[in-house]
Amino acid sequence: MIPFLKNALISGTPLTFAILGAMYNEKAGNLNLGIEGMMLLGAVAGFQVAVLSQNPVLALLAAMVFGALGALIYAFLTVTLRTNQSVTGLALTIFGTGLSRFWGKRLMGMTLPESFSKNFRPLSFPFLSKIPVLGPILSVFLEQDLFVYLSYLVVILSGIYLYHTRFGLNLRAVGENTAAADASGISVTLYKYVHILLGGALCGLGGAYLSLVYVPSWQDNITSGRGWIAIALVIFTSWNPYRAFWGAFLFGGLDIVGFRIQTLNLPITINQHFLRMLPYLATILVIIIGSVRKSTSHMPPKDLGNPYFREER
Amino acid sequence: MQIVKREGASKKQIILIRLIAIIAAIVVSGIFIVFLGYNPVKVYLNMVSGALGSKIRFRSTLLEMVPLVITSLGILVAFKMKFWNIGGEGQILMGAFAATYIALYVEWIPKPLVIPVMFIVGFLAGGVWGLIPAFFKAKFGANETIMTLMLNYIATQWITYLQYGPWRDPSLKGFAKIANFPDHALLPKVFGIHIGFIISLVLVAFIWWFLKKTKRGFEIAVVGESVSTARYAGMDISRVIILTMLLSGGLCGITGVIQAAGVNKTLTMNVSSGYGFTAVITTYLSGLSAPRVLVVSFLFAILLQGGSYIQSALQIPQAAADVLQGMILFCALGSEFFVRYKVRFSKNNSISSEVK
Repeated sequence: MIPFLKNALISGTPLTFAILGAMYNEKAGNLNLGIEGMMLLGAVAGFQVAVLSQNPVLALLAAMVFGALGALIYAFLTVTLRTNQSVTGLALTIFGTGLSRFWGKRLMGMTLPESFSKNFRPLSFPFLSKIPVLGPILSVFLEQDLFVYLSYLVVILSGIYLYHTRFGLNLRAVGENTAAADASGISVTLYKYVHILLGGALCGLGGAYLSLVYVPSWQDNITSGRGWIAIALVIFTSWNPYRAFWGAFLFGGLDIVGFRIQTLNLPITINQHFLRMLPYLATILVIIIGSVRKSTSHMPPKDLGNPYFREER
Repeated sequence: MQIVKREGASKKQIILIRLIAIIAAIVVSGIFIVFLGYNPVKVYLNMVSGALGSKIRFRSTLLEMVPLVITSLGILVAFKMKFWNIGGEGQILMGAFAATYIALYVEWIPKPLVIPVMFIVGFLAGGVWGLIPAFFKAKFGANETIMTLMLNYIATQWITYLQYGPWRDPSLKGFAKIANFPDHALLPKVFGIHIGFIISLVLVAFIWWFLKKTKRGFEIAVVGESVSTARYAGMDISRVIILTMLLSGGLCGITGVIQAAGVNKTLTMNVSSGYGFTAVITTYLSGLSAPRVLVVSFLFAILLQGGSYIQSALQIPQAAADVLQGMILFCALGSEFFVRYKVRFSKNNSISSEVK
């Protein structure tokens, strides 16, 4: 069970970054369907720089920069030129997929040097195994590579930022009621740009985890739909960074459970494809229950997807 | 700098703006091509000749256009109602699934009737897949964008399940594939192009007529413009939403039938291959007009077909065509802004001096 949980956490790590990236977009009132595209841009840029420089810090920076560049196109179009968010996001995914496939052609078959990969080896704490009960549970979270630790850091910082700083409060105001936020003197355009770019950088990191640690080599469409899953999981985890982490963990587990279940000889057999439907069904249920109850605590930011033009009010 | 809403840009202005956008896209993409070390003029000419240069190439361009046209029409009716259906992929797959069931597993239908029945069940299955989010939207106001997106994955898993499970062709050892359709379930051809092409033209005319000339079509536009106006006029809004999505999903389902029975000859994930998403873009660029869907889809088909041609002719990876597609999309989307707004550059604009 413990190795399975460890792997579930690893498999969920790219999702954690991507969910947070999508969440920042949505908190700023933008439904960005370009998550998959930005992840792919980050994945390919990170891998390229890792091959060239063999420096993990530079590789991660490149992933963030390219994720953010994709986001910049999206932000310029939707915020400044006021285009339709869904259509622009789809265009970004098409663009990112195409560019990463094109760029990746020359990276195909390359491997990362040992001097690079050793930076992302799981840490090990032998003393944990001596603690009963708590030790194994802690080892799931602690005996991981530094990139996973980075995801903890991003989750915690996001929680503090959103719920305990003035900037976070302002950001939530922009997403909930853009007009009121604008009237109260918050620079809506600046907030949108900053957080869409931040979201893009995080998506880039999520992609880089796949190409640098999880796979680790280049393959076309390395994200295989994780960007879309992240968009679903933002809702499933109701725009909360801590829940985002657990949601990614859960889905990471569901993603690898298909392989496990065949080796387990369970009395009842559940087909892996039906298992994989579960998160999506759960998301649909969350939306339905939320709209029936008209509850506000698990609902999207109210101005999500609504374009905002001050001149048109 | 000041941004002012344009009150009804003239036709001339709109055409000029769109022309500038297309030129901008060609120039930006040209820079990208130069950066790759190719001659952009040569690449563009090759793309056009690859898509239109011979009878066979023109035919494949038309075949590429069919799924785009029909899916776009489906997306169009939903968008007209401001129902953001991005579930075309799932609706296409479910339509193809139902048609495959008829083609492979129902034997009592007389052979000449098999194809008509496939179209009917394909329409219904796609329609039901569109109905689910419509029902919850109509009754409880549930967010349709996310729900239609989620239903895509469920459809994908369902088809994969069938392909690796109960519908796997046992005669192919070690290779998971659903059996090919029998001949009587394949679409007949006219002038070397399957009848899906003719169906797509008929559907364009039908949707144009439906939205322009019928009461039902008018209701869709009214609900899209303003729900409160529709309610004030005494329309049954829930019914409009549900019927419209039955039509929207149903049209996507028809795409699934045509791609399965006309192109792939079986049910595979390739049946949808992104048409549900590309159609969102073509629909948007067509400005929600059925005849213009035809034009935009044709241009997109040239781009797709020409893109695969330059791969074989000039050894430029096909992915380069996707990059071009992305850049053209960005330029086209950006140009919308200049259709809707005017940008004035003046140092002393009246508003800021009033505030002072």
